[in-house]
Amino acid sequence: MEKVLMKGNEALAEAAIRAGCKCFFGYPITPQSELPAYLAREMPKRGGVFLQAESEVAAINMVYGAAGAGVRVMTSSSSPGISLKQEGISYLCGAELPCVIVNIMRGGPGLGDIQPAQSDYFQATRGGGHGDYRTIVLAPSSVQELVDLVYDAFDLADMYRNPVLILGDGILGQMMEPVVFKERPARQLPPKDWATTGKMGRQKTNVINSLYLDPVKLEEHNLKLFKKYQEIEAKEQRYEILNGDDAEYFVVAYGICARIAHAAVEMAREDGIKVGLIRPITLWPYPKKAFEEVLPKAKAFLTVELSLGQMVEDVKLSVEGRAPVYFYGRTGGMVPTAEEIFEEIKKMRGLS
Amino acid sequence: MKVVFERPKSLQPTKTHYCPGCGHGVIHRLVAEVMDELGIQDKTIGVAPVGCAVLAYNYFDCDMQQAAHGRAPAVATGIKRALPDRVVFTYQGDGDLAAIGTAEIVHAAARGENITVIFVNNAIYGMTGGQMAPTTLVGQKTETSPYGRDPQMAGYPIRVCEMLATLDGPSFLARAELTDVKNINKAKSYIKKAFEMQLSGKGFSLVEILSPCPTNWGMKPKDAVDWVKNEMVKVFPPGVFKEPKEG
Amino acid sequence: MKMEIIMAGFGGQGIMLMGEILAHSAMLEGREVSWIPSYGPEMRGGTANCMVVISDKRIPSPIISSPDVLVAMNKPSMEKFTPMVKSGGIVILNKALIDERPARDNIKVIEVDATGIADELGNMRVANMVALGVLIGETGIVKPETVIKSIDYFLPAHRKNMMEINEKALKRGIAEVQK
Repeated sequence: MEKVLMKGNEALAEAAIRAGCKCFFGYPITPQSELPAYLAREMPKRGGVFLQAESEVAAINMVYGAAGAGVRVMTSSSSPGISLKQEGISYLCGAELPCVIVNIMRGGPGLGDIQPAQSDYFQATRGGGHGDYRTIVLAPSSVQELVDLVYDAFDLADMYRNPVLILGDGILGQMMEPVVFKERPARQLPPKDWATTGKMGRQKTNVINSLYLDPVKLEEHNLKLFKKYQEIEAKEQRYEILNGDDAEYFVVAYGICARIAHAAVEMAREDGIKVGLIRPITLWPYPKKAFEEVLPKAKAFLTVELSLGQMVEDVKLSVEGRAPVYFYGRTGGMVPTAEEIFEEIKKMRGLS
Repeated sequence: MKVVFERPKSLQPTKTHYCPGCGHGVIHRLVAEVMDELGIQDKTIGVAPVGCAVLAYNYFDCDMQQAAHGRAPAVATGIKRALPDRVVFTYQGDGDLAAIGTAEIVHAAARGENITVIFVNNAIYGMTGGQMAPTTLVGQKTETSPYGRDPQMAGYPIRVCEMLATLDGPSFLARAELTDVKNINKAKSYIKKAFEMQLSGKGFSLVEILSPCPTNWGMKPKDAVDWVKNEMVKVFPPGVFKEPKEG
Repeated sequence: MKMEIIMAGFGGQGIMLMGEILAHSAMLEGREVSWIPSYGPEMRGGTANCMVVISDKRIPSPIISSPDVLVAMNKPSMEKFTPMVKSGGIVILNKALIDERPARDNIKVIEVDATGIADELGNMRVANMVALGVLIGETGIVKPETVIKSIDYFLPAHRKNMMEINEKALKRGIAEVQK
């Protein structure tokens, strides 16, 4: 298979087309502009639809329409735009519509800046909009993984009839790395017999809806959703553990932050510190299994994020007090160096 | 025995939740009759709004999506782009279309999105209990304009057909009044024309229907019809605002 | 083997492309590579820069805090990035636009008149390839013929007439370090 050198944003767009994405609806925002630009160029040539919407709100509702019509559909944006999409995401979850939503995160709150950040973690993993719901959240940390997770995102969305978020950041989007677009065997996915395609001879009408005026019905519906979420939590946790075999300490980081943390872990290893890295790939469901795997030997954990502490809450919920959990974060678009993280690793060892 | 009146195939055999004297039931029927006459029931997907017609998906016998408040034109865009050979319509009220969904309707129209919009203008928010709408008349009393709509405070009603007629995208824009047999038939002929536009790929079509809301206007059904005829049409003149040139 | 490189200069000097070509050719030679453009506060101050990492193993971080090699195409870039260079590292300076030498003695400084040579060849815009030539001539990180393949890969169809001058510029750069 041919290796090509590609920017994260463009690789993501190409992977989406290859994964069968038929429609893309988006609204311009930095730093994800290469992604829609690539699709604007390629979609018309390859039988797909690219449409620049009048707003993020409109874009996510176009996604709703197309997903309800049974096609693979994607939108992308960056933090402030994702906030605007929350209404639609809530409806998509309520109506159980599969789609892929990309968030190339930037610094906030408010207009913030356009530098890399991971401060939308709560928004992504706790639902984000109103109501009792969850979205599957994937956090790639290399361009190749971005590509692989785009295929997975569409499959997971179809498999569970649920939106899937891909959380990236400005560095990952702008970064170039070699990628291979592997041919993948088609997964067995449930038929979309619920889609509103027009009755086309069907007896029953299909309705895409999130309204249940009777609270008894809405509770039933929410319980059904939660059963699905429990299944996802049991089956879809993904993570990577690096330098973990003899490790006594663990750094926990995802996305681009995990790359820097990995460099810090290697520095610490050279210094004789037995430290490993837990890299969550799914942020929801959170990979609690990774912690169960290492907890018998782990003396302490250090969570590193491009935020002032969001994922660290999930680390604490996973560790459940069985070891100390420390935190180090930079915010507002600032990115820690490997040396900074290395210093924190030394502190963690000193403290525990 | 000869059947002289029956339920259109494109309506479900069910009762609606609409109030006595409300125009929605009649408008649903008109849309369904047109779907039957054009033979498009099987390939039509409707989009229900938020507002009194939120449950329209229970009444039309065709595939339906229920949209977030004001977003029906965006949802319809998504459906139409995904399935360009199907017929897609939205059914929206004045709050949905002309307040919270103004951006969506204007841009769907500007794109010439090949969908049909049924716009029910009753100058008030019905479902939430009679608040001032973007189409509420100057001086009209509502829950949130208890002293009558004061333009100094609350501005003026929006004329959607006239506004959209300035755009190049729409193929057909018309306004009808739901007041008597003649005008109801005219409304139906507009609806049919609007769907025909979509079927021939001419782009965005919208029919605005001035419709009575006796409950929230605090009137008897007959008085409500008279109010449409005597007051609403003064602000919202019926007629065709845009149509393709013949030939 | 792992080499971390920062390339920096004015916007318009082809800094990004120089890095992409280097990363691409290292990829063609079977290495792991990463490339990132300027980010964060580094973006301010009129310089454009990119970071390239080339390794035999999986690359932990694409973000470089102490490079093995710095290619500085203008003075602000030299001033900003020279202090970060690893001791024993290499700094390649575009002499034409930098009138002083870095105040460090634990690094190897190579001065080359990249802009002048490019001008002599007939197009100032190939100064980046002169500098890249110096880099590969000095470090041997990739073979010249691989770089030429990569230049060809990046040149769009309507610019293929630029192939020859780019190749010449690369070779002049290599020759500079073999003098």
